[in-house]
Amino acid sequence: MTQMLSPTSIAASRPVTEEAKLEVRGLNFFYDRTRALKDISLSLPAKSVTAFIGPSGCGKSTLLRVFNRIYELYPKQRAEGEVLLDGRNILDKGQDLNLLRAQVGMVFQKPTPFPMTIYENIAFGIRLYEKLPRSEVDGRVEEALKRAALWTEVKDKLNASGLSLSGGQQQRLCIARTVAVKPEVILLDEPASALDPLSTAKIEELIDELQTDYTIVIVTHNMQQAARVSARTAFMYLGELIEFGDTEEIFTSPHDKRTQDYITGRFG
Amino acid sequence: MAAASSRHNRRKARNTLMMGLSIAAAAIGLAWLALILGALVWKGAAGLSIAVFTEMTPPPGDAGGLLNAIAGSVVMTVIAIAVGTPVGILAGTYMAEYGRFSKLTIVVRFINDILLSAPSIVIGLFIYEIMVRPMGHFSALAGAFALAILVMPVVVRTTEDMLNLVPNALREAGAAIGAPRWIVIRSVAYRAALSGIVTGVLLAIARISGETAPLLFTALNNQFWSSNVNAPMASLPVTIFQFALSPYDEWQQLAWTGALIITFAVLMLSIVARALTARREDR
Repeated sequence: MTQMLSPTSIAASRPVTEEAKLEVRGLNFFYDRTRALKDISLSLPAKSVTAFIGPSGCGKSTLLRVFNRIYELYPKQRAEGEVLLDGRNILDKGQDLNLLRAQVGMVFQKPTPFPMTIYENIAFGIRLYEKLPRSEVDGRVEEALKRAALWTEVKDKLNASGLSLSGGQQQRLCIARTVAVKPEVILLDEPASALDPLSTAKIEELIDELQTDYTIVIVTHNMQQAARVSARTAFMYLGELIEFGDTEEIFTSPHDKRTQDYITGRFG
Repeated sequence: MAAASSRHNRRKARNTLMMGLSIAAAAIGLAWLALILGALVWKGAAGLSIAVFTEMTPPPGDAGGLLNAIAGSVVMTVIAIAVGTPVGILAGTYMAEYGRFSKLTIVVRFINDILLSAPSIVIGLFIYEIMVRPMGHFSALAGAFALAILVMPVVVRTTEDMLNLVPNALREAGAAIGAPRWIVIRSVAYRAALSGIVTGVLLAIARISGETAPLLFTALNNQFWSSNVNAPMASLPVTIFQFALSPYDEWQQLAWTGALIITFAVLMLSIVARALTARREDR
């Protein structure tokens, strides 16, 4: 294997016009004693979509789960290194994890509506951090549902259970729920992998619209999806960041042999 | 071909035999149940009347009812549930949520399982030692606490089991919008596990409503109406125990009727519990 460009130098070689929203420096991650991420460094520009691709077990979801420290729910998982959100290291000890997660939202692979009404699913998150009169909560719920392109489908049944919706609708409900808290970053962990093609198309459209206001990171198994929705793509393999750059370049002229093999379907 | 077909026949014969044995075993089990319920209804229903629910337990040779015993059972069950359920739910919550990965949980679960199968007379003796003797007299409160100790392990177990059935993805989703742990537990996990936890409480009520042994030397019994929880109180199981052993026809009839009432109440609780569980599985 020839000496490859370090990921940071690839990123640096592009004219980064936007400021970095998230910057990862020398990140290592451990599941007990297994090292799942190896010296990851990359920088994600604000208000754009970045995709993480790579074969199963390459660490892309693990990396995503560091950004809101959701891994802390489990023992024996730990991250070392720096992850800067607007210059503040979120891996520092004193960080308020709940505030961090309100700031860095996450949508999961399987739709996870709470066992409550559609309205409550969204109002729940809003009320966590803001004391608002009912009418304003109503407004925010409507706004979030519109943002997630779900409003017209559910506006007449806001008191129905969130679980009564179809899979695609549930996933958009989860996106609405995330958006309602007004985060700055939205993490999407294979958000469309459990959905049919039509629902997937809707989610992708949504991602496209959301990037005007939010910094979005999406983990996907689907390379066409990465190519469609993202401005930048990171290819990961066996816990390492192999290549990171403009999506178009990653897909048309990858520098690394492994990236090329993966995107042409030779493995993974 | 011939070998295969003879093997096939043997297999079929064995299948018929096993099936026959299984059906016979099931039939024997059900037959006893039917006999018991039949005898209960036959003997118990004969004594059913308004008086059973409106009159006190009679002196020997007199007519009367079971009002004080029914009321006593209700009072003690309510106190036992009020004391045992919160402790049980909180312990179960610790085990399934906060202490999910802790060694303490394994220890607590083990001890809880022992408590779950502890003979109830031992619980009665325990309460006799720590409550009845220091207080100097039997009391409904002591009876209720003995029942509460029986309630706890049932509720701990079902609460833990039901919370463990709540998918982790739901907890992650709660955490991911910035909800603190206790809010995720209260608003998401409890809500998802609600019908299961309620079922556990109903099963606990069913379990204690027929218990006699823990009440014998705690609440004792009372021939008369009493609403004082600091004094001996009548209960259905103890009254049945006493009346069934007596030589008096009226008492024996009341014992049968009391047994029918308890059985019917427990049956109702089980049906409600089943219905709740079924509704949860529908979702």
